[in-house]
Amino acid sequence: MAILTAKEVTKRFGGLVAVNKYDFEIGAEEIVSIIGPNGAGKTTFFNCLTGFYQANEGDMLFLGQRLNGRTPDQITRMGIARTYQNIRVFPAMTAIENILVGEDPRLKTSWIEAVIKTKRYTKEEEEAVAEANRLLEYVGLTGMGDQLSHNLPYGAQRRLELARALASQPTLLLLDEPTAGMNPHESAEMMHFIKKLRDDLGITILLIEHDMRVVMGISERISVLDFGSKICEGTPAEIQCNPNVIEAYLGRGAATGLSETPEKTVA
Amino acid sequence: MSETNNFDYRIPLQNGLIAGVVALSVSVIGMVTLLAQRYLIAGWLTLGQVILFMAPAAMSYLAAGKAPQNNRGIALIYGFLTGLISALPLVALILLNEVIDLRQFLPNVSPALIEILTFGRGTVAGSLFLIIVTSVLGLVAAGLYLLPDRIRRPIFSGLIWTFFFGMFSEILSDRLRTFFGTDFAKLIIESKALRPVVAVTIFIVTASLSVLWSRRGDKVKGRMAKMDTKSQNRMRYGLIIFGITLMLILPLLLGTYLSEVMNMILIFALMGFGLNIVVGFAGLLDLGYVAFFAIGAYTMGVLTSTGDLGVAGMSFWLAIPICVAVSMLGGLLLGMPVLRMRGDYLAIVTLGFGEIIRILVLSDLLKPYIGGAQGLLKINKPVIVGIPLIKPDQFYYVALAGCLIAAFISYRLSQARLGRQWMAIREDEDVAEAMGIRLVNTKLLAFAIGAAFAGLAGAIFASKLTSIFPHSFNLLISINVLCMIIVGGMGSLPGVILGALALVGLPELLREFAEFRLLMYGIVLIVMMLAKPEGLWPSAIRKRELHVHDNEDYEDYPEAMAPRAETRDPGLEGPSHL
Amino acid sequence: MRQRLQDLDWIGLYLWVLRAAIIILVVWGTIATIIDNPYSPRQWIDLIIFGIAQGSMYALIAIGYTLVYGVLFMINFAHGEFFMSGIMTATVFVATPLAATGFMNRQPLLSLLLIAVVAMVVSMSIAVLTERAAYRPLRKAPRLVPLITAIGASFFWQYYFRGLFGSQVIPFPVPDVMKGTASILGVEILKTQLTVIVVTIIMLIGLNLFIMRTRTGKSIRAVAEDKDTAALMGIDVDRAITITFATGASMAGIAGLLYALVFTQVHFFMGFFPGLKAFTAAVLGGIGSIPGAAVGGLFLGLIESVGPSLFLQGLGIPAPHQLKDVIAFVMLVLVLIFRPQGILGERLTEKKA
Repeated sequence: MAILTAKEVTKRFGGLVAVNKYDFEIGAEEIVSIIGPNGAGKTTFFNCLTGFYQANEGDMLFLGQRLNGRTPDQITRMGIARTYQNIRVFPAMTAIENILVGEDPRLKTSWIEAVIKTKRYTKEEEEAVAEANRLLEYVGLTGMGDQLSHNLPYGAQRRLELARALASQPTLLLLDEPTAGMNPHESAEMMHFIKKLRDDLGITILLIEHDMRVVMGISERISVLDFGSKICEGTPAEIQCNPNVIEAYLGRGAATGLSETPEKTVA
Repeated sequence: MSETNNFDYRIPLQNGLIAGVVALSVSVIGMVTLLAQRYLIAGWLTLGQVILFMAPAAMSYLAAGKAPQNNRGIALIYGFLTGLISALPLVALILLNEVIDLRQFLPNVSPALIEILTFGRGTVAGSLFLIIVTSVLGLVAAGLYLLPDRIRRPIFSGLIWTFFFGMFSEILSDRLRTFFGTDFAKLIIESKALRPVVAVTIFIVTASLSVLWSRRGDKVKGRMAKMDTKSQNRMRYGLIIFGITLMLILPLLLGTYLSEVMNMILIFALMGFGLNIVVGFAGLLDLGYVAFFAIGAYTMGVLTSTGDLGVAGMSFWLAIPICVAVSMLGGLLLGMPVLRMRGDYLAIVTLGFGEIIRILVLSDLLKPYIGGAQGLLKINKPVIVGIPLIKPDQFYYVALAGCLIAAFISYRLSQARLGRQWMAIREDEDVAEAMGIRLVNTKLLAFAIGAAFAGLAGAIFASKLTSIFPHSFNLLISINVLCMIIVGGMGSLPGVILGALALVGLPELLREFAEFRLLMYGIVLIVMMLAKPEGLWPSAIRKRELHVHDNEDYEDYPEAMAPRAETRDPGLEGPSHL
Repeated sequence: MRQRLQDLDWIGLYLWVLRAAIIILVVWGTIATIIDNPYSPRQWIDLIIFGIAQGSMYALIAIGYTLVYGVLFMINFAHGEFFMSGIMTATVFVATPLAATGFMNRQPLLSLLLIAVVAMVVSMSIAVLTERAAYRPLRKAPRLVPLITAIGASFFWQYYFRGLFGSQVIPFPVPDVMKGTASILGVEILKTQLTVIVVTIIMLIGLNLFIMRTRTGKSIRAVAEDKDTAALMGIDVDRAITITFATGASMAGIAGLLYALVFTQVHFFMGFFPGLKAFTAAVLGGIGSIPGAAVGGLFLGLIESVGPSLFLQGLGIPAPHQLKDVIAFVMLVLVLIFRPQGILGERLTEKKA
């Protein structure tokens, strides 16, 4: 059963059509990737989904509710969390605080309770901190909770961003190039981790990737975008030999190259 | 290597000219003349002279620092030349004034100024003397630079403390008279300035204390750090109790005049806590903060005045919550339309709001209700168990209570969920929204709570003065409070107090400065942003309560994992981690 | 339909009510004024001409805000002080002595030219100095940081000039030939106001030529477009920024002279409010756009001059002219809420703006 359906989503910037009548669907507990060359409109689609942009046309349904016209915070509260291509942790906040911000939609107590420190507030905060520590451990950052996040190494910041996204207990997790800037070993590790995430927590995962090898390894389905339009969709095996994809990535006439070396990284 | 060892004439020329222009500026804008009336050391040194010679000394010191390493000769020559050159613009002024009477253009180039610049020795001899003085000063400053740190540091702290005592000698004298009698006061202070002997004594004592501290200080700190949590806690409680006692008996120590100053400091600190929430926590630059101060004050006025314009004749205590609520409402109503704007637009629009409120208060439109330029009179003083709190040393407790409440609420919020939301918005608004934070609501709360504090401050202010006039609520109040929190450190609660002491307390005590207060604020804003944007008492260390209970786990972590905030700026760590 | 209702949150609702209330008040006030008819056509014309003259000054000052904003995305809060510093200095050192010796009435054009040059040079120097000392080191800093230093610079210069020339109002001597009125198309206009309008038009045309035609102007536009690329193309970005500040300040210097002609006095605080208003004008017209600054300035000058009599009088508000600044600031707020790109501005994307 599909938990997210997008029908003919279109986003224009002036004359430029960044996303063109894009149809997309993702089922519960699936791992699906959107791939495509730079500027294909992948991140724009993410931004439409998360309410950062408003789509010009088309419908987006999440668990039976329309996403169009909602603000980013409402969409997060509905159960969609995301990470960013260029890491965007809160730099001057500690790792724990970053995760606590992620947990925020689930916290209930008001600021007045915080001022007079009611029992309910203290309990909630304690639980939130415990949960944050648990998440830190889960992503492998045990003991780094007190570090200011901009002092963390690159890989750790990526994982922190992931932990922050998980903190809202999302149904659907959007990952924007989770392995950007990583070496092959780290990428493999990250992909393994993403799979584990789905298996452990039962979260549906939608990712944008450039790294073909990585995508082929874990995706159950792949949707390919080029110049804002979907050129094909299918299992990794189907995508690998689809001539349109190869053309989009390498240009006309190179159709034979990629199918023989599917592990080639296209960055 | 060769180029670094060479003498470079541009260094003293540049430094000297900058120093000269600064010295010339402070002279022609009248600072020197005005401040020359205040002696720091009786018969010897005036504040005006300090202001005049500060730039030449400082620039010579810096010039010496630019000399090639290990070349003391060049460093001294740099210092000497910088001092020499810095006198030239002043000498030019003196000579030019001989030719044409500059006073018709620049009212502050008075005979008194020329007298000061020439040390009363006539044009030619005086000019030469001035050059000699700055040159020697430059040489001394360069020499100071060359001294090893362990000698230089005590000299500096001795100088600073002597300057400090000298500046406040009038108040010192007043306090000494109260506690030790007139004779003793006269022994220390002569005609509002330190006696030379006393000044030297203060210098020696403070310098030696500084030596002592640099030798032993580390050991004491080490011993304190080694203490187990229990004794540390005990010490913390001891400090808190000491602090509270001090705050309670402060008016007795300060006397009427200083209590009055203290009240102003507290009222501004209260506003500072509010603006700190808006600017420091949530990152919204609000330049119209005075609007809420005015709303609080006028609400208090209208509600409690026993004059013609009073409508309710309420008591102070009854009116306070209403004032806070009205200001908060004002914060909401003014905040709602503007909080979707970008940061710099927000600043200008709030500035506009501040002006709108001021113009409205002054206008004929509202005159029948709040008095216009004639002001609102006969505002009630607070009464506790039948005693009206009229005198400043009684009123102090009201201001203190307000300030403590604001500090307490700020502290709790900074630790809580709302504080985190604000911080997230300040760091990255888009991501904060994507994390599920309701931007407008959260910002509105910051605006409203900030406004509530300002309203409380306004209400207390109105009651303190018993009559309020529109001119008390101008833009300068907003700027003043903004400067306070920038100097103290945005987002830092002790910083607010420090800022209030420095930017409200000092000018109140140095009445001569009043004319130049805003000039100073301008310089302070620029210099702070260029040199120390995090403020004098930054909130860098946020060792949160929420980490305390897993502290045991963290103690075993290697150095590299320890919170690195502590390495950022040694010596300026706040008591937030005491 | 339900979705629509959800979109209209309570803040949106509040804004709608606010907008409706203001429109109703303005319309109601206007109608009441027209019915009541308290002023003669002659008085209305005077108000309009004064508005145009005032608006011209705003336009000239607004150029400085717009240029700097276009290049640095920074609100140069101290710009009003550039305006003040030039004419203050020129009045004390040039205008007053010239008037005292009688030279001003013998050679009015030459005198005014001399005053203009001095005012421009001083304004430019102050601007360049401020940029060098207070803004340039902060070019990479977060946006609010240079704004705060700009506020600091504004207060610094205000009180510096107060210290230099004193806190009193200094009279500005207007040459005799500029006193009185001239008749144009049957309408009597004060000569000073006419001068203001004519000079502003000349300056705006000159500025436009400078920005559009000259090499330097092109480099300024390139830097405004993209600093990094401009630098790669061999443009000296620092120099272009300095020239931008100097250009804006020279316009402000001229505006200062025009202000002195119309109000016949100068004062250390004279830059503050015109500065704020000019910023409002720049936003009104669309910040970053030079024609926008001109249109915004004119519009603001007119509405400030005519508005109190037209809308507020009819509402029965006593002494409506006290509230002309309120009208200006309310305009600013309304524009920023409902049309942040201004009258002529292109829509800036969130990222760029």
